[in-house]
Amino acid sequence: MIPYQPSLNIVFAMSLSTQDVEKVARLARLAMSPSEIETSRNQLNGIFGLIAEMQAVDTDGVEPMSHSQDLAQRLREDKVTESNQREAFQAVAPQVEQGLFLVPKVIE
Amino acid sequence: MSWEIVIGLEVHAQLSTNSKIFCGASTEFGAEPNTQADAVSLALPGVLPVLNKGAVERAIKFGLATGSHIAPRSVFARKNYFYPDLPKGYQISQFELPVVGQGALTIQVAPLSGNAKPYEKTVRITRAHLEEDAGKSLHGDFHGMTGIDLNRAGTPLLEIVSEPDMCSAAEAVAYAKALHTLVRWIGICDGNMQEGSFRCDVNVSVRKPGEPLGTRREIKNLNSFKFMQQAIDYEVQWQVDTIENGGKVQQATILFNPDTGETRAMRSKEDAHDYRYFPDPDLLPLEISPEWIEQMRATLPELPQTKQARYVNELGLSAYDASILTASREMADFFETVLAAVPKDAKICANWIMGELNAQLNRDGLDMTQCPISAQQLGSMLARIVDGTISNSGAKEVFRTMWADGGEVDAIIEAKGLKQVSDAGAIEKIVDEIMAANADKVTEYRSGKDKLFGFFVGQAMKASKGQANPAQLNEILKAKLAG
Repeated sequence: MIPYQPSLNIVFAMSLSTQDVEKVARLARLAMSPSEIETSRNQLNGIFGLIAEMQAVDTDGVEPMSHSQDLAQRLREDKVTESNQREAFQAVAPQVEQGLFLVPKVIE
Repeated sequence: MSWEIVIGLEVHAQLSTNSKIFCGASTEFGAEPNTQADAVSLALPGVLPVLNKGAVERAIKFGLATGSHIAPRSVFARKNYFYPDLPKGYQISQFELPVVGQGALTIQVAPLSGNAKPYEKTVRITRAHLEEDAGKSLHGDFHGMTGIDLNRAGTPLLEIVSEPDMCSAAEAVAYAKALHTLVRWIGICDGNMQEGSFRCDVNVSVRKPGEPLGTRREIKNLNSFKFMQQAIDYEVQWQVDTIENGGKVQQATILFNPDTGETRAMRSKEDAHDYRYFPDPDLLPLEISPEWIEQMRATLPELPQTKQARYVNELGLSAYDASILTASREMADFFETVLAAVPKDAKICANWIMGELNAQLNRDGLDMTQCPISAQQLGSMLARIVDGTISNSGAKEVFRTMWADGGEVDAIIEAKGLKQVSDAGAIEKIVDEIMAANADKVTEYRSGKDKLFGFFVGQAMKASKGQANPAQLNEILKAKLAG
């Protein structure tokens, strides 16, 4: 293992703009006020700072992991195990009709 | 100067599992809305995906059937986009490390126009990955709202991506058909295109020979081979016209309208392709051992391409015949059962199946599985042609009788009196009689009027009520007339 040396330079290297935050909010269909955008920008930049710190670690020769646990996926047999529970699920839905969940029309 | 067409395909094959890819809800088609949408399909808080072994097995089979690399370790990723029929807000798919890597599929292309000959081509497969399907949005009369049915959400799909190796609508259709045959052949997808089990996206661009690739447009969700051909023809013409009129092709996703035969661009969202993929933390990497791959290999039937090669090399059939006879597993099984009755006469089997049988199926609007004549029946009938019991025209009558009323071959031959007279003595007797009755014609023939031979054949056939074995009759007649 290579000893870990945090670098303050890298921590502050990455910074999200207001436009970046607005774009991410739009992709997630989140309506955000300017003050919420500013709060989120600060929080996100904090996260990026943490990522930058981790990226400062020399990982040459280390195979990237796609998961924090070094395990393989367990599989299930191809069997139908779920029964129809539509009534229960739809009892808590805001609006249903003819067995369908109704949602506001999405304009493409 | 002419234009070059460049086509690549992305095919979504719905895998024929009983349950969904990440949960135990049923995948059966046609159920009442949302009766097969469990807590995982609905993305209720706290649920976790568990991968279906049956879906992975089918992906492995596909990889083996196309000679593809099967990844010992592959990873599921989240593809993020917002749409109400995708309740999680992301689709679980595979991005950087797909389960199936590079492979290839060899196809027989029958050109759609002119007298060009069929030819063979190999299309490279880039990758195939596992993913879940989305639900369905219904824009009916719901007081200005949209109805959502999540029965289909979580159905397993194998997305098969090709290299841009095809250069005509005929090649694209041949590739799609070969893939359609293959997935049904190895039993991983039912191939039902009306129900959306096999959907094709076609990427089309045009360029002048030798130039870099042009800008492509993607025709989405084609669910018939006929529409695919029409859509490509229209799109190619549109792109060529656009460029020749000084315009530029913009990258876009387009839809084909079968009613007008035209393609049109979907309204594009500026952020449409920003999917922000990342590895799904809910799923560990999928590991496939060499032992598992070998287990799957042992379950594979002889593949269509292998069969085609065998039919050509061992049975002496043409590549075209071989490709027709392997168009489906039912067809190949039928052919091989017929062949078992007359093992040395593959060509006769091929001719009857592709000729009389196929024509009759088409006339009655049936497919191979609904054929009223069994392969055993056809085989017994062909055996009776080969051993000289019935003539070709007699066989056609047997065939028609079996098609309409069923029955056993020998019984029909007996009942209809179709048996050829192959008894040399009996034929000689007939020949003697007609020669005696036509002594003047015999003299004319012997003095050099060869054309009269046909007359004698006709007379003898008439006397035998059409039942004399023609080859034998010719031989005996020739010898007797020679004197």
